[in-house]
Amino acid sequence: MRKFGLILLLLLAVRPAFSALTIEITRGVEGAIPIAVVPFGWSGGSGAAPENISAIVSADLNRSGRFEALPDSDLVAHPTEGSQVQFQNWRMVNVDNLVIGKISAAGQQYSVQFQLFDVLRGNQVAGYSFNVGRQELRRVAHHISDLIYEKLTGERGAFNTQIAYVTTSGSTANKTYTLMVADSDGYNPQTILTSKEPLMSPTWSPDAGQLAYVSFENKTAQIYIQELGTGTRRKLISFKGINGAPSWSPNGRSLAVTLSRDGNPEIYTLDLKSNALKRLTNSAGIDTEPVWTPDGNSIVFTSDRGGSAQLYRVPAGGGQARRLTFEGKYNAGADISPDGRKIAMVHGAGGGYRIAVLDLGSGNLRVLTDGQQDESPSFSPNGSMIIYATGSGSREVLAAVSVDGSFRQRLSLQAGNVREPVWSPFGK
Amino acid sequence: MKYNMSRLIVVGLIAVLAGCSSKGGTKDDVAVEDRGTTADGAVTSGAYGSSDFSSYSLNDPNSPLARRVIYFEYDSAEITSGDQDLLVQHAGYLVANPGQHITLEGNTDERGSREYNIALGDRRGLSVQRILELNGVLPEQITVVSYGEEKPAAEGHGDAVWRLNRRVEIVYQGQ
Repeated sequence: MRKFGLILLLLLAVRPAFSALTIEITRGVEGAIPIAVVPFGWSGGSGAAPENISAIVSADLNRSGRFEALPDSDLVAHPTEGSQVQFQNWRMVNVDNLVIGKISAAGQQYSVQFQLFDVLRGNQVAGYSFNVGRQELRRVAHHISDLIYEKLTGERGAFNTQIAYVTTSGSTANKTYTLMVADSDGYNPQTILTSKEPLMSPTWSPDAGQLAYVSFENKTAQIYIQELGTGTRRKLISFKGINGAPSWSPNGRSLAVTLSRDGNPEIYTLDLKSNALKRLTNSAGIDTEPVWTPDGNSIVFTSDRGGSAQLYRVPAGGGQARRLTFEGKYNAGADISPDGRKIAMVHGAGGGYRIAVLDLGSGNLRVLTDGQQDESPSFSPNGSMIIYATGSGSREVLAAVSVDGSFRQRLSLQAGNVREPVWSPFGK
Repeated sequence: MKYNMSRLIVVGLIAVLAGCSSKGGTKDDVAVEDRGTTADGAVTSGAYGSSDFSSYSLNDPNSPLARRVIYFEYDSAEITSGDQDLLVQHAGYLVANPGQHITLEGNTDERGSREYNIALGDRRGLSVQRILELNGVLPEQITVVSYGEEKPAAEGHGDAVWRLNRRVEIVYQGQ
C-alpha cells in the first residue's frame, strides 16, 4: 500500500572509509608529565617500518592531556637498547620518563620491544615484547601507550578503544547518513551502515562487539543491533511511533529504550533473550534518553514532567523516579561515568547548550565547555575524558574535554559533519 | 455507489466524535488526552463534517491545501489558531477522501539533545493528528513520524533558521 521512494543504500559489510578524523589539541594543560619517546629502531629490511610506533605512542600520550611528549627535534639521543641509554643526558633536558624500543620483522610476523625508564632513578619501570602480524601493529602501539599511562598515572589507559559516530554529507535535499567506528585516535575508520534516511543514537554492547542504533531506513524509527565483526544485523523493535534512545545494560542482557507505542514517550527495558518489555515510567510528558548506572541497578533519563527537561533516576526494576538536576532550565542527554559518581549532560543556560558534569557525591554541577550547541557527551571507559559533538563554523565536529575541564581537543573530518560520538567500553 | 457508502459511514463517525467531544470527560475524550499532547486550547470546536472542502484539489497551488507545513514556537507543540483553520481544511479533504493517507512528519530545531528532540517532534505530530481526528479524519488515514532535528528544512544556525525547522510537514501519500 505505502509506496515510498526506494532511495535507501545499505552497506552491511564493514569496509574501510577514506576520511579519517584528525585531532587537534585546542587547550593544553599545565603540569603535564614530560616524557621522551625515542623513535623505535627497525631491522626488517629496506624502507621504514610499516607503522611509526613511537609517533603513535607520543600522539596518544599527548592526546590524554596528562603527558607532554618531547618533539623529535628535542631528543638528545636515539637509543634503541637499554645498554645505550645515558640517563644524565635526559636529566639535563628535564625529562623524567624515557621510552625506547625496536621493531624487527621475520616474514609476516613483527616483533616489537619497548622499555620505559625512570630517568631520575636510572632504572627500568616496564619492559614488554610483542609478536604480531602487520594488521596488529597499531593496536600494539596503543597497548604500549596504555601500559605507560597506567604505570605513570595509576589509572587504566583507554587508547586501545574505539569511537562510534554518525557522519552526514550532501545537500539538505540529498543527504547521506553514515554510522562509523574508528580507533580512539581517529584512525582506521570503518563504515558500519550508510543510509539516505537518518541514523542516530549508537550505543555499544558491554563487550564492545555490537552496536545498537536507530535507523529511519523504513521511514520510521526502528532499533537495530549489529555485530561489528561480521556486519550481521537484526531489527530489534519497530513498534508504532518512537523506537529510540537504546542503552545497553551493563550485564549485556537488556536494552533500555524509549517507546511511544502507548501514547507518549516512555522508558522501557527490553530483555534481549525473551523480548519481554517492562515499562519503567508513566508520565504525561516526555520521558527519554535512558542510561544505566554501572551497577545496573538504576536508569537515569530525561523527562519534562516538571515543566522543562531535567534528569531523573528510577530503579531499573521499576519504582519511584527521583529528580537529579535542579540547576539550569534544560538538562538532558545524560551519560554516567564508569565509576558511577558523575553524570555528564547537555546543560542549557543563558542561550547556549554546553556539556556539564554533575558530581553525585557533592551535588556540584560544573560546566566544562563553551560552545553554543554542544551535545552527546560520552565518557571514555577510564572516565578521564568526555567526547561530545560541537559546532565549528558551519560544520559539526567532535571534541573531547578532560573531566576536570582543563584539557580540550577537537576531532574533525576532512569534509562533512560528524556527530553523536560514543566511546566504546574496554571490551573483552 | 461505493463512494457514497463510505462517505455516509464517515459522516456517521463524525457525528459520534462530535458527540463525544461536546460532552467532555467521556472515555473517548480521555483517550485523546492520553496521546501526550500538552497543547491546551489546541482543540478546535465546530467545523465537524466540513466536507465542503472536498472540492479543493490537492494539486492546485492556489488551494489552501497547498500549504502543508505547520510551524511551532521553541519547545512547544501548540498550534496557532490560524494553523487550526488550515488543518480544518485539510481535514475536510481527508474526510471526503477516506482512502487518502497522510504522514505527519514532526521536526525540531537543532537545540538540545537529539533524542529529546525526537520526542518533541513526535509531540508536534500528535498535536496535528489530534486536530485532524477531531475534525473527522480516521486514525488509519494518519501516520506520525518524528525526525527530531535530523531533517532540517534549512541548514545553519540562528532564529531565522530555527523558526523554519520547528515544523510538522503534512505529506500526502502518492504526492
